[in-house]
This record gives sequence, C-alpha cells and structure tokens, in this order.
Amino acid sequence: METVILISQVVMALALILAFVRVVRGPSLPDRVVALELFASIVVGLVGVTAIQTGVPSFLDAAIVIALMGFLAAIGFARFLERGGPRDD
Amino acid sequence: MIDVFKGIFILSGAIFMLLAALGILRLPDLLTRMHATTKAAALGVILIMLAVALHFAQVGVVARAFAIIVFILMTAPVAAHVLGRAGYFVGSKLWSGTVKDELRPNYDPLTHELKSGMETEANARRQPRETDAP
Repeated sequence: METVILISQVVMALALILAFVRVVRGPSLPDRVVALELFASIVVGLVGVTAIQTGVPSFLDAAIVIALMGFLAAIGFARFLERGGPRDD
Repeated sequence: MIDVFKGIFILSGAIFMLLAALGILRLPDLLTRMHATTKAAALGVILIMLAVALHFAQVGVVARAFAIIVFILMTAPVAAHVLGRAGYFVGSKLWSGTVKDELRPNYDPLTHELKSGMETEANARRQPRETDAP
C-alpha cells in the first residue's frame, strides 16, 4: 500500500509540474485560469492521498475548502474577464 | 480485497490527473484544453475520494468523501461553462484546424447581441424598450 501511495504522489506531482508549465507559458489569461483550476483539483487529490497515508480523516475538511476556493476563484476570474470585454494578450 | 480496490482507485485517479495535465500542456487552444482538464481531473478526484471512503469506512468520513464527490460533480461543469463563455467573449483564438464556429457569424462581440440567423431585415432592427436609459 505504501508503494502505491508513493507512486500516486509522484504521478500527481508530475501533473502539478505540467500544469505549472501551462500557467507560466499560457498565451492568454483564460488559459492560466483553467490551469489554476486544474491545480486546485490535483491538490484536492493529493490531500485525499495524504489523508490515507497518515490515517487522519480531518484532512478531508481541508480538501473541501480547497475545492470550494478553486470553484470560487474560477467564477470570480470569469466575471472579471467578461467585464473587461475583448482583449488581446 | 479492499486493499486491491483501494490501490486500483488511487492509481487510476492519479493517472487520470496526469492525463489532464498532459492535455492542458499539449492541446492547441483554450476550449480543447478545457475539454481535457474538466472531465479527467474531476474523474481523478472522484476515484481518489472513493479510495478514501473505502480506506476509512466510517460514517462521517464516507459522508464527507461523498460530499466532495457531489460538490465536484456540481461545480466542475458550471466552472467550465463560465470560463469557456468568458474565454469566447474575451476573444481567445481558436485552433487553426477548427471545423465549425457557429457563433461567429451570428454574434456581435461589442454589443453582445446574438442573432438566430433567421431574421428578416425588418425584425432584426432593435426596437426601443421602456427600460432603455434615456
């Protein structure tokens, strides 16, 4: 079980790195927002795996909060973008 | 037996997240990137939360894990819809291989007016309304 958890943590860390490359390179702001939302999802998964690894179920509360923050950030950014009108970046 | 299922759930969830990250890195434009991340990342979180529910097997933990699953299932499509809409309004470029953009001829990005494509010249003209600013 420890090996499986270690492998999954490595895989998710790799996914975080790939998403971060998109955050840095992303040609426009919506691309970066999508990458940050993916970030939030991967971190929720990592927190779930950490809950299994340590045996502390309270980590799930943190996962709920992170998922909520990711959703609200996406909604807020979308409102902000839409208010700005057409842009060229 | 439960350990086997747990391992399968955790590994496949992690691999789905890696696939989502690969998709966001490799695909060519905003909408295809969103199509990769929204579904695959949501499935990854759902699988990992199922593994958490199997691992702890207590009422409170299982309820919280299912709360996360329902939350992800409800918010992921809404966030993707709002972001895709904002991305189109902002004028993000589509991939050069895009086959069809049905909104392009009928939508005016400056006035946010959308036509159905069936109007005659007369009923396409905007009528003044009572709620208009003077």
